[in-house]
Amino acid sequence: MNLILRPVAAEFSKILTTRMWWILALVLFGYITLLAGGLAALFGGLESGAISPDAVNTGGGSGSLTGLGSLPPLIYSFASSVGYVFPVLLGALATTGEFRHQTLTPTFLATPKRGRVLGAKTIALFVVGAALGVVGLAASVGVGALVLSSFGVDPLLADGETWALIGRTVLAMALWAVIGVGLGVLVPSQVASIVIVLAFTQFVEPLLRFAATFTEVTADIGKFLPGAASDALVGASFFTLTSPGSAVLTSWQGGLVLLAYGLVAAVGGYFISWKRDVT
Amino acid sequence: MPIGAVIEFTSITKKFGQVTAVNDLSFTVEPGRVTGFLGPNGAGKTTTLRMLLGLVAPTSGTATFGGLRYRDLPRPLHTVGAALEAASFHPGRTAAHHLGVYAIAAGLPRTRVTEVLHTVGLADHATQRVGGYSLGMRQRLGLAYSLLGDPGVLVLDEPINGLDPEGIKWIRGFLSSMAAEGRTVLVSSHLLSEVQQSVDDVIIIAKGELVHSGPLSSLDTNIAPQVIVDSPNRDALIAALTEAGLPFTSGRTGLIVAVPDPGLVGHVAFTAGVELNVLHRQKAGLEDSFLALVEGGDSL
Repeated sequence: MNLILRPVAAEFSKILTTRMWWILALVLFGYITLLAGGLAALFGGLESGAISPDAVNTGGGSGSLTGLGSLPPLIYSFASSVGYVFPVLLGALATTGEFRHQTLTPTFLATPKRGRVLGAKTIALFVVGAALGVVGLAASVGVGALVLSSFGVDPLLADGETWALIGRTVLAMALWAVIGVGLGVLVPSQVASIVIVLAFTQFVEPLLRFAATFTEVTADIGKFLPGAASDALVGASFFTLTSPGSAVLTSWQGGLVLLAYGLVAAVGGYFISWKRDVT
Repeated sequence: MPIGAVIEFTSITKKFGQVTAVNDLSFTVEPGRVTGFLGPNGAGKTTTLRMLLGLVAPTSGTATFGGLRYRDLPRPLHTVGAALEAASFHPGRTAAHHLGVYAIAAGLPRTRVTEVLHTVGLADHATQRVGGYSLGMRQRLGLAYSLLGDPGVLVLDEPINGLDPEGIKWIRGFLSSMAAEGRTVLVSSHLLSEVQQSVDDVIIIAKGELVHSGPLSSLDTNIAPQVIVDSPNRDALIAALTEAGLPFTSGRTGLIVAVPDPGLVGHVAFTAGVELNVLHRQKAGLEDSFLALVEGGDSL
């Protein structure tokens, strides 16, 4: 048992003894607070005025939205639908940093079984990703619910569905961190990795997801994009709402697709970079 | 007390594409002695050490500690301590945290971190981020890492590089005391003079091939002793040496005569009536021998 527990504990220590994790957590919290709080105020204001909840929920893109009332889950899902870039970045930095700072040498000297190290890193980042999920939710649910209730909108915190969504959001964020680890071993150059993360999550994928909705065939492919799979797992997203009619995976399918992305990248990266000579 | 294991290289070869970095290298490193692993920059020392430590996969051949490859050691940091280059740190991590990470990975008590930082003289800088460390401090931290598991085998790549004179003096004593405790100590350097005072055995490679191995004293016999001689009247001395048929060359501090006996040179000068102000046996033979060996490797 120590054979995997020790490397996992070491990976946790690596993350916690550098500053990146709390910087990212802080920015994530601020960013989601701004978005969730702002939109909760905007929609809450509308809703507390003339516009009824049904009028806002015109899209009906996600089945779970209808049963829940529209606004709170949408606001709460910002934690992952917008915040997912943070665990990916942390995961990618955790792996590429080992290459960049040549810390693979002391790491592999302490744990010569390299597959074990990568496995430990994946497990550690899964947990840290989940923690980032909690931070994101503290912003989206914490601040969002506060703002909503201040406008007299029911934040649905007594609803079991809301807490299920919160749980699924934590899982999605954890899986995104695993994808980050996988990307980091596939593309060990730190700069290239960061550029890919930012370009893909902020630009390429949203465009692809939007373009995929144009025909049924592409929509069937588009639903397997990681962001789409993540939104499917969580079950609510600003994106699915604004792209009505797009095909969606079920929640558990989305989770499996996301996990598959992470594992395929990590295993591929193991052979591409991790097993290589450390010079 | 940790017991040193025998390090054994057997026909180890590494090719990077078309380039052969290390070619069919075989030698053993014994416990209880400091072994210098010498060769010019680019001779393949670091590649050889990295193959020993399982960081670089050999194209063929094996390198073992007491018969086990590094990756098969049940408790690697308890058995082998290694310090490679001085840059394997996350600059944002403190020295204590850096060592703490690997202490956790190896299942070592956290007290070892404090102990080894103390041993290498970094106790006062334990909570400082490594990014602010000087090269000498990084060398010491690398050394501290190698000592974490109190291993019986030490493998150090150019540990003296970047150390100040005080640090050099300290590490020389340190290496000798490690070997005296029965540990195996393998130290690489591109300068013989750097390690000459502390090594018992030498392994010399050039262009990836073994050119010499044996006790340090074996280098002495490798080159014929010479006599350095000089006179206020150098022209007269040259005439006398030529007259006596002694082969010589001009050096910076006098004439270098290719005979082992200073008495013979003195006698030649005396009979020619030439006054001498320098007459001694060449003492820098080790370095010359080393250079001759590695340059000989060049021409192969």
